[in-house]
Amino acid sequence: MTPHSPNGIVGRGVTAGASLFRDWFDRLTAAGHANHPTAYVFVMGSLAELLRVFDFELSFPEINSLQTAVRRVAHEYLNEAEDYGYSPDICGYVKADVAVQLRKGAHPMGTLPPPSLAVATNACNTYVKWAEIWERLYHIPVFTLDVPGTRRAGGQTWPGNPDFSADCAYVAAQLQELIALCEHVTDKHFDIDRLREVLGHANAMTAAWRRVIALNRHEPAVFGALTDGTVYLGVANGLRGTPEGRRYFDDLVEEMEHKAAHGLGTIDAEKHRLVFVGVPCYPIFRRFNEMFSEWGGVFVNSTYLWFASGGADLGFEYDLSRPLESLAEGVLISVRHAMDSMFHQDRAIAEILEPFHVDGVVYHPIKSCRTVSTGLADSRRALMARTDIPSLFIESDMMDKRVVSEAQLKNRIDAFFEGLDSRNARRV
Amino acid sequence: MSAPGALGNVALEPLDAALASLRDLLEDTEYPTVKRWRADGGKVVGHFQVYFPEEIAHAAGLLPLKIHGAPIEPRQAEARFGSYLCSIVKTSLELALSGHVELDLFVTHPICDAARNLAAVWGRNVDYPCEILYLPQNANSPQAVDYLRHEYDRLRRVIETIAGRAVTDDDLQRSIGVFNENRRLLRELYAIRRDRPWLLAADEAYVLMAIGGAIPREEHNALLQTLLPQVEQRTARPQDRLRVVFEGGFCEQPPLDLLRTIAQSCYVVDDDLLIGLRWITTDVSAMGDPLHNLANAYLEHSSYSPVQHDLRKPKERMLLERIRSSGAGAAIVTAAKMCEPGLDEQVAYARALDEAHVPYFVSEFEENMTSFEHLQIQLETFVENVLFT
Repeated sequence: MTPHSPNGIVGRGVTAGASLFRDWFDRLTAAGHANHPTAYVFVMGSLAELLRVFDFELSFPEINSLQTAVRRVAHEYLNEAEDYGYSPDICGYVKADVAVQLRKGAHPMGTLPPPSLAVATNACNTYVKWAEIWERLYHIPVFTLDVPGTRRAGGQTWPGNPDFSADCAYVAAQLQELIALCEHVTDKHFDIDRLREVLGHANAMTAAWRRVIALNRHEPAVFGALTDGTVYLGVANGLRGTPEGRRYFDDLVEEMEHKAAHGLGTIDAEKHRLVFVGVPCYPIFRRFNEMFSEWGGVFVNSTYLWFASGGADLGFEYDLSRPLESLAEGVLISVRHAMDSMFHQDRAIAEILEPFHVDGVVYHPIKSCRTVSTGLADSRRALMARTDIPSLFIESDMMDKRVVSEAQLKNRIDAFFEGLDSRNARRV
Repeated sequence: MSAPGALGNVALEPLDAALASLRDLLEDTEYPTVKRWRADGGKVVGHFQVYFPEEIAHAAGLLPLKIHGAPIEPRQAEARFGSYLCSIVKTSLELALSGHVELDLFVTHPICDAARNLAAVWGRNVDYPCEILYLPQNANSPQAVDYLRHEYDRLRRVIETIAGRAVTDDDLQRSIGVFNENRRLLRELYAIRRDRPWLLAADEAYVLMAIGGAIPREEHNALLQTLLPQVEQRTARPQDRLRVVFEGGFCEQPPLDLLRTIAQSCYVVDDDLLIGLRWITTDVSAMGDPLHNLANAYLEHSSYSPVQHDLRKPKERMLLERIRSSGAGAAIVTAAKMCEPGLDEQVAYARALDEAHVPYFVSEFEENMTSFEHLQIQLETFVENVLFT
């Protein structure tokens, strides 16, 4: 990481993000003490825009779980859930959260409150199974927001198409049902002007998110998509639709533009520009990245920044003159895009190779997440058939260090870079 | 039965011989029934587990073929997937890649995180259309039926393109009639298992049902109409066996030998094997809009599985009801290896069964497993514990 510049701009996004995260977890802890309504939501289709209208605190169990891995205590939580009966072969996020619930919210960053409501989209099937666990533990309302995805590769429909209209009507009706449920849970009336205000903040954050990602086309890259990007992503999700989130992203754009204007990279000697496909290896989060940066490798983009932002990278901005209709369209288009980023990402990756000056693509399927990982080997084959971009395929996990073999990973990564170096030497 | 179709003369054979022939057909990974269909110029819609509105394909004159894996080595498919996956997604793709079956359309559903990837993976590897049918996952939304009706209409348009002809409401009404009869016969089959399980072992019942996913449904109806009366005439006598419900076969299928192993010590009086064939639990109305009726039946008159979230059908309560209504004294709660929904559900099932004081046996299986001795010993111990303590 480049040291802070004298003007305090460089590195601000990471430190401010960490600070906002601590504040957020403090609020969650306080919410539990005050019995303030808390909604459990997921990063793909959180519906933060709507839930904030009812002043829910938002808890993202995926983020909570990955924090246990980053803080190297995930194994304690996984073991506890497995002792409870959950299989070693299911999602590690789910198991860490089960253990958090069994520990009455005890988490390395605070005490997480129990849910008053859970909203799960179908962007990941495990979301729905996960929410069923809370349904059984707490007997709370669980709302499954069903967002129809792309039916076949390249077959997305758009406004004006009757099939899009049918999908949108379904999503819009569910939003109305969710509003009624929120009114019931919080005893508050829906306020469309408040929604308009939240959507305005979300629009600004979405535009900034797109801008930040686009700025990484610069050489050297202005941020590491795997490391810094994950911090930015956390704020994009956790504070979506808030003034704090909007300010953060305004500042982040300023920082990235400053770095681009002054040629400031995220590592000292950038040699290889990479795209990351999959979910980070949180049990050895920093070390995993170092195995690449030691060779001058920097991740300039990542499908994680696409799908784990709920498809915000697509840049859908709400029409504030018709907030509810536009929210339905935005949720449909953005969540569908998030799903496409997992299932049909081969095309999108091929399209960014040139503008991002990419030297290699790293595929990282993980045991825990079949949604993201099932098709990656095939997606890689498709990309290899279409381009001559070098690629690396390494498997580990996002939570379970039992499945992470650092030595094996390093061997494969070293061999990948030796190949890249020799390829570059031949070119010279 | 009319002239030999995809099944040949199986229904003309005595019951035991017919069951043996059906078993051979079912385990034949060259799908001879499909090849016969294609040889006559027919087209095939392959649909992955769990439920598919087969009536729509049938109404277009296509053969809806249930794709549920196969006992084959996924040599080519292995290279298309990661390591930590259930077998069925790999062997199903292998069927297509290595030419075991030839399809004109493949449809999968967002039933789980692995299966929802299949349309993309297949689509990158074959030259026919591959689609996801987005069955509603918010079964409790009042809008769900209208949404599904439109989704079925979209599917109808896709299928019309494959078939090269229009699919009219009259076509659909006729197909609904055929499938209503099939569902009625399957209910009859399951009634025999529930009321007189000594007449039909679990593996025998399975082949009688499962073959329906690979032949024209009229032929399956004729087969069941011929063989079920013969089952009723069997002279087997009840034995001292534990009545169990088998749960966990909604997607990947256990090998037939596993079912036979269970049948040696248990009467399986109900199960969720190939539940999609029995998903709709009543006749679908033949009056009015057929697509609406099919959509309504999917949501309102249907069974349950770990891959559908419906507030009206908590899975553990549904399992307890299945156990109660079938008069079972215990449950075998299985999951396919690496099947996340099945493994998730095992925890809830176990807790509910504990609370209800219903004995249960927990296991995992894989479609390609070949050794059953260990399972047999464990199961026999379990049965003895239940029967004699």
